[in-house]
Amino acid sequence: MFTAGAIALLVSIALVLARGCMGPTVFDRVLAGNTIGTFAVGLMAVYGFLTDRPEFLDIAIVYALLNVLSTLAILKFFRFGSLGDPEGAEPPRTEIH
Amino acid sequence: MAWIMDGVSWALIAAGGFFCVVGAFGIIRMPDLYTRMHASGVIDPFGVSLILIGLMFQAGFTLVTAKLAVLVIVLLFTSPVACHALGRAALHRGLKPKLAEKDGEPSNK
Repeated sequence: MFTAGAIALLVSIALVLARGCMGPTVFDRVLAGNTIGTFAVGLMAVYGFLTDRPEFLDIAIVYALLNVLSTLAILKFFRFGSLGDPEGAEPPRTEIH
Repeated sequence: MAWIMDGVSWALIAAGGFFCVVGAFGIIRMPDLYTRMHASGVIDPFGVSLILIGLMFQAGFTLVTAKLAVLVIVLLFTSPVACHALGRAALHRGLKPKLAEKDGEPSNK
């Protein structure tokens, strides 16, 4: 039964990877990357049960947190052109005079 | 009693796998970024979370179940945040939805 879940997750990863390769805008690729990360979390959990080693769950938790953090960082970069470093380039802000 | 738990777990894992594949097909087939985000919204709360809940029924009352519960909660809280940030960033960069309303015209043409 774990094998069926793992196969479903792998098929979904293949489909989303195709969208990531042919996505017309960069946001489609970010969406595909985020979704593949979520699938990878599920795949890690299922694989841990498949091989009777549930220690993979710790890695899966860390991966889920890193996944959302990396997505937010990439989106902030593509929205503002920088990551908000005060020493570097300033993000565009509205001038109030 | 054990076969009931096995059956429930099997049903949850099968449903989760079904929702995962449906969401992935939606991401491939939808015409627009925003509709693709709509399709990807089914993956986190239904697909992967149902698979993880099905794994919980296999583990019983152990530490593994607690870790799986933490994982489900993390997924449920973070995926809408990422989706919202994605939509905001795309709108901020000027990506129009395909069925965007013109001025004074209804969108359901």
